[in-house]
Amino acid sequence: AERYFTRWYKPDVKGRPCEDFCVLQHSNRICVITLAEAHPLLQSGKTIKNINYQISANCSRLQNKVSGKSKRFLTELAPLCRISSSDGEEYTIYSCIRGRLIEVNENILSNPALLQEKPSTEGYIAVVLPKFEESKSITQGLLTQKEYEEVLMKRRSSAS
Amino acid sequence: MSSLTEKDRPIVQLLLSAGTCPRCVLRFCCVGSQLLYRHPHQDLMKDLQEFLKNSQEKEDTVCLDVADPPCKRIRLEHIREEGADDLNLNGAIPELPLAASGNTATESSAGKVCNVCLGILQEFCEADFVKQVCQKVNSADYQFTSFVFSVSLPPQLSVRERAAWLGVKQQMRNLGLPFAKDDIVQLKEAYKWIIHPQLSEELGVPADGKSLFEVSVVFAHPETDEECHFLATACPDCFKPAKNKQSVFTRMAVIKALERIKEEDFLKHFPCPPSSPKNICDALEIQCNNGAVFVAGRYNKYSRNLPQTPWIIDGERKLESSVEELISEHLMAKFKADSFNFSSSGREDVDVRTLGNGRPFAMELVNPRRIHFTAEEMKRLQQAINDSSDKIQVRDLQLVTREAIGRMKEGEEEKTKTYSALIWTDKAIQREDIAFLDDIKELKLDQKTPLRVLHRRPLAMRCRLIHTMKSEYIDEHHFRLHLKTQAGTYIKEFVHGDFGRTKPNIGSLLNRTADILELDVESVDVDWPPTLAD
Repeated sequence: AERYFTRWYKPDVKGRPCEDFCVLQHSNRICVITLAEAHPLLQSGKTIKNINYQISANCSRLQNKVSGKSKRFLTELAPLCRISSSDGEEYTIYSCIRGRLIEVNENILSNPALLQEKPSTEGYIAVVLPKFEESKSITQGLLTQKEYEEVLMKRRSSAS
Repeated sequence: MSSLTEKDRPIVQLLLSAGTCPRCVLRFCCVGSQLLYRHPHQDLMKDLQEFLKNSQEKEDTVCLDVADPPCKRIRLEHIREEGADDLNLNGAIPELPLAASGNTATESSAGKVCNVCLGILQEFCEADFVKQVCQKVNSADYQFTSFVFSVSLPPQLSVRERAAWLGVKQQMRNLGLPFAKDDIVQLKEAYKWIIHPQLSEELGVPADGKSLFEVSVVFAHPETDEECHFLATACPDCFKPAKNKQSVFTRMAVIKALERIKEEDFLKHFPCPPSSPKNICDALEIQCNNGAVFVAGRYNKYSRNLPQTPWIIDGERKLESSVEELISEHLMAKFKADSFNFSSSGREDVDVRTLGNGRPFAMELVNPRRIHFTAEEMKRLQQAINDSSDKIQVRDLQLVTREAIGRMKEGEEEKTKTYSALIWTDKAIQREDIAFLDDIKELKLDQKTPLRVLHRRPLAMRCRLIHTMKSEYIDEHHFRLHLKTQAGTYIKEFVHGDFGRTKPNIGSLLNRTADILELDVESVDVDWPPTLAD
């Protein structure tokens, strides 16, 4: 089924090193927000302690269906959830694209291992639908697979 | 059936002097004899003149008579006999005021456009107009066995009708005579009495209220359009500006206002009886329309590159042709319709074949010129469609009623479908690994709206049943699965899991990652339309 998706990347979100995300864009505009392989949470040794969709006092992404339209509309840096690992680190997962939040993945709440085992499929974070007019422009701020691979190469060379 | 009696005299007098045509006069006198209205209006005028001239001293019962050819007299004798059954008023009628003598009254009416019907019961009953209508019908080249003639009248006719009635009512009141509205013949009814037989004769088919073939005429009288406007001040809430309507003064709105308005208010704003117009009505449009016919059948789709309906994005066609177009092309040509509406019992994706008996479909053909087809002709039409393309085939092609379509849509919700899917797995499988699938019955699925349709469907959870499965091992990474499922089950998502949003799925059942390579619809278990013997 992944053959219908184009992969777009956003590395180092909010300046945080290696916090990379991968947006899977379907030919029908639907976008699936996932962690890219380089993300710290997907590195070996990390255990997920907690996944929390409660972004703020008033906003829980789990309540998406009942909240008003304005809460459902996300900007690129709107937070989707906060994930804490057993080593005390906290990570915020961001939307990366503008659009309407359709759903967040509740399966990872009951089974956090999914996020690490199958980050590009069953471990997805959320589904976002950009506005029709913006469906082409949203990918302007993102990198293609090729461009992302260059970023990865640069990281490796600077690390060594 | 009634004939004119003394009690009608003041009505005839008043209306003729106001410029009302003879047929409208008869209407207001509650004359119910259809035959009478069909007389040429000059003859009717003469009869009314005679009637007015006849003094009280003659028989109380005065029947309309035509001092002309015997054949006409014979017809009227018939009416006279029937008329005699009516009760006649024998009361004394006071002398009419000097206001108008018989001659002056009829002079007012002769040659003028009727102040009540604006010419509808005058010129638009004549042979010339009938010819005009029939010419339009014949040139439109429709097939029909009966017709319904529908007429759209300008709203001000209702106003004028009311004004004439109020004028008559006032006059009768002044003369101390009773007058009830109840039996006044409606204009449309009288018009149809006169024109139906003429149309019927010219077209060679009967008039029938239930006919699917409609000949419609729209009449307008721009000269008097503003006559309705006073109603807006009297009853403002009847006239709400409706979206896109040119005028707020629709027939319905005007009639509603006329029901509400008080007599005194009406009399203040409008002359009763109404004044004579300068011009006759215009017949704006003469249109023909045939009721839709429905063709049903079942289609097979053998291409993995054919959408069911045309696939066009931003004005650009993404894939050539469609099931709908391949079928409609031939039907539209044969039935000579304006347009069509295609519907079917469910759909399949572009890349999915439909095998077996095929999927039921129905095609509504809008405003068809041709409607009669024998079973033989339908068979030939079916063959023509099948010969023209190897991507689809149709069977059981037949004419059906509109009600029958409901049965097809029933099938969509309730009936089962069987499929055959070619499945790939990432990790190797052996025969034993998939054998257990055959034993699973009534497997309950929870399917969230698939990602591939989420852009146009709301997010929802649907529970569906997989009734039975049968697996066919192919090799370590492939097997074929036959399934029988509840209507509305997303098969592809059951195989690949749709990011875990369909549970369970083949991947979860086999503990592997699975994907679907090919899907075929093996059967759509709906027993409609009826199977035709070949």
